[in-house]
Amino acid sequence: MSANAMPLDANLHRREIGSVILALENISLAFGGVQALSDISFDVREHEILAIIGPNGAGKSSLLNVINGVYHPQQGTITFKGEKRHQMNPHKVASQGVARTFQNIALFKGMSVLDNLMTGRNLMMKTGILQQALYWGATQREELVHRARVEEIITFLEIESIRKTPVGRLPYGLQKRVELGRALAAEPTMLLLDEPMAGMNVEEKQDMCRFVLDVNEEFGTTIVLIEHDMGVVMDISDRVVVLDYGKKIGDGAPDDVRNNQAVIDAYLGVKH
Amino acid sequence: MRVFPLSGRVLEMKKYAFKLPEAKHVAKRADLISTISEGNAVTVSAAPGNAMTFPRLLEKHAAARGDRPAMREKDLGIWQTTSWSQVRAEVEAIAGGLAALGFKRGDCLAVIGDNRPRLYWSMMAAQCLGGIPVPLYQDAVAQEMVYVLQDADVRFAIVEDQEQIDKLLSLMPECASLSHLVYDDPRGLRKYAQPQLMGYERLTAMGRAFNATHPGFFGDQIALGKPDDIAVMLYTSGTTGKPKGVSHTHAALIQTANVLVAFDGISENDDLLCYLPMAWVGDFLYSYGQSYVTGLCLNCPESTDTVMECLREIGPTYYFAPPRVYENILTQVMIRIQDANPLKRRMFHYFMDVARRVGIRVLDGKQDIALMDRVLYGIGELLVYGPMKNVLGLSRIRVAYSGGEAIGPDLFNFYRSMGINLKQLYGMTETCVTVCMQKSGDVKLGTVGPPMPGVEVRVAGNGEVLVRSKGMMKEYHRQPEASKSVVNAEGFFLTGDAGFFDTDGHLVIIDRAKDVGRLADGSLFAPKYIENKLKFFPYIKEAVAFGDGRDQVTAMINIDVAALGDWAERRNLGYSGYADLAAKPEVYALIAECIGRVNVDLAADPKLATSQITRFVILHKELDADDGELTRTRKVRRNIIAEKYAVIVEALFSTVEHCEIEAAMKFEDGRSGVVRADLKIGVAKIQASDQATSVARKAA
Repeated sequence: MSANAMPLDANLHRREIGSVILALENISLAFGGVQALSDISFDVREHEILAIIGPNGAGKSSLLNVINGVYHPQQGTITFKGEKRHQMNPHKVASQGVARTFQNIALFKGMSVLDNLMTGRNLMMKTGILQQALYWGATQREELVHRARVEEIITFLEIESIRKTPVGRLPYGLQKRVELGRALAAEPTMLLLDEPMAGMNVEEKQDMCRFVLDVNEEFGTTIVLIEHDMGVVMDISDRVVVLDYGKKIGDGAPDDVRNNQAVIDAYLGVKH
Repeated sequence: MRVFPLSGRVLEMKKYAFKLPEAKHVAKRADLISTISEGNAVTVSAAPGNAMTFPRLLEKHAAARGDRPAMREKDLGIWQTTSWSQVRAEVEAIAGGLAALGFKRGDCLAVIGDNRPRLYWSMMAAQCLGGIPVPLYQDAVAQEMVYVLQDADVRFAIVEDQEQIDKLLSLMPECASLSHLVYDDPRGLRKYAQPQLMGYERLTAMGRAFNATHPGFFGDQIALGKPDDIAVMLYTSGTTGKPKGVSHTHAALIQTANVLVAFDGISENDDLLCYLPMAWVGDFLYSYGQSYVTGLCLNCPESTDTVMECLREIGPTYYFAPPRVYENILTQVMIRIQDANPLKRRMFHYFMDVARRVGIRVLDGKQDIALMDRVLYGIGELLVYGPMKNVLGLSRIRVAYSGGEAIGPDLFNFYRSMGINLKQLYGMTETCVTVCMQKSGDVKLGTVGPPMPGVEVRVAGNGEVLVRSKGMMKEYHRQPEASKSVVNAEGFFLTGDAGFFDTDGHLVIIDRAKDVGRLADGSLFAPKYIENKLKFFPYIKEAVAFGDGRDQVTAMINIDVAALGDWAERRNLGYSGYADLAAKPEVYALIAECIGRVNVDLAADPKLATSQITRFVILHKELDADDGELTRTRKVRRNIIAEKYAVIVEALFSTVEHCEIEAAMKFEDGRSGVVRADLKIGVAKIQASDQATSVARKAA
């Protein structure tokens, strides 16, 4: 419906894949003797949906953590929005417009959905803790603005009915949606989703797919997602990067990847 | 565990004196009519709305109460109000847009979606242009819409969102005339390039431009409208066969709405939450119709999931719902009470006992109530009923209606004993709903009340209820034969329902006349009556009784997952889903007990003693409208179920203990699959009354 269509910049509506927003070059990451990632290079373009796939232990989550700045690679460079560096820092990454969700939901279980989403706005709040405690003047005005934005996200994700429900009481599928909402609350230009559909039933998966596509279309958000469900990956992503044992073995449009012999071997195994 | 509806007196429904149900055919001759209702042939004279059309009512309200709220909608968590003058401006813009697209007088406008203000305004815009709004059930799958779209020759559609647009686009090859699709919510639709598509904003912008270059167009179009024009086409849910488009005139609808206004004193100060499907006559008349006739404010909930919350925030004064909604509310209350602390729980049960004893008499204004009871009821109001009504959003209710299905006596009494003026009414799409309604202060359980003013009701010789009023439909769209066949020579509409008047002139409805059958031994079999008795238990969501032409009665049961899930949880009974829960032996035992109680009740009536349920099965899936098992208004489609589950029905009438079934099932996303299950057949306890002994023997 309608009156609440999001007040977005008109230019965000068209979603054309643009220039490179994030480039990883020769990234290698090791934990002691375990080589999690070796010599990985790929780039992410503006407004695209990029899926990272690969068998268990291929290094997908590690890669996301590298982008996110949680892990610091021993080698390689990361170029984000034209700025080149060897490692990222989570706080800085977040303030530059990268938000993420986690494989195991990381929400504040005792807080309401609304409050959880408000925490997503934390980086954008300007007033200090003292002013916030008094909740007066600038703080109040600021909160109203943030609350309005959060309400838009609530409408967008169709979670109106659980607005005030503590997150811990929600079923898993809905918690995943709330987590996506919190990431969206930060108004990211790039969204990292770690297995957004894991553990969901068919209907919940379809809903989530629709939300991911809608986020991409409505907000123009660049999305990097890790997913195991091949149907989902092939349906919604513009490009697929395949990892196996920490190495990149495929990169291209879903159809190309599907027919890539190295990928087929990695998934189905090869006879030796 | 104590659940209110299982309180011993569960099934004391008024026993009915069924009149001669021998003829299954429909009475078409006047001489079959034997009983005439007492003195209710009054017509409401010269109602002010007689020369009115809905568009003229809009003009009237915009002029008389331009600043008063006409509509509220919760948007971004805040209720936003639209005044009557704003509504008029919006309607004018939509009408202009439609006219610019080539919408002509007599054209049909399909309206599909949840209860959104813009969809209500679109219906009005179509009426202003002399067109006919055709609301469709928003949860219908695409294929179900084909027939209606073709039958009404729909060229224009205004729909809510991408979901509906996707459905309509998939139907384009079959519905060649469909040429303009307008959507309210643009989300997900930005990449769609089909030339037929247009956003609501663009339509109204076009409309404003059109109206600027055609001043006076809107007013002229409204002036052209006549009370005898068709105001709306509502498609019947089609329990049998294809749906039929019921055409109502402005005059009939406004007349009926005025009768209701006079009957219960509804005024512009009332508030109403509209959440029922827009395609249902109940919503059209009780929301849309009433708001234009009285100028009251309609409130649209945020989403279908937040209806309960919105109810609490709005606190409507006037409420209309089918029994299942009341039942859901009660189920939720009961679940929450069981989670409450022991003190509150005891308080609740104590005061509910008080309410059961005196509440209804208090509501009916009876004088013979002991002082002690009055005091206790007052304390109860303070401690229990008041707060509970407040939480449920029912504290401002002046009048609440239940219609569409029979309501369970315990359910009904629960609300009335709390002081909520809940009343049953009877009617159907063809008669603008309102045929009979219980009067405030004179409510008899098990009846639907006396005929409304201006409505003549008769019971034909074969037991069929006949109705004549000014609120009758004009015709079935494009079905002159069908239109003629449902009206007899004297202009009475043949409802197809079997019923009778009790001694006080209140109508009692038993069943669909054609569903009333006979067992092999010739005794009466009224499936709906039995099913309703079963459904009055909170654990049973749907029931289908079989027995016509058989030697015994059997039933297929759908459990209520919400109520039974809670019940299972309390017993530490683990289950993975509906099918698993339905197959539990404990659940079978519980349902057998419920059926046993129904049997006790049936055995008490000599006519029905043979209808006791001998064997039953709990279905592994919920009956669903998507699978064609229910109508969109959730009525059981008996024949389709009997056909689809023929294996089960055969097993029920044999002596086997379980049966295997494979059933096609449609998932919510439109895909379909096959579900396989091995169902156990339960055996219920039969009451050995004299009449029932033969049945009991058979069952043994």
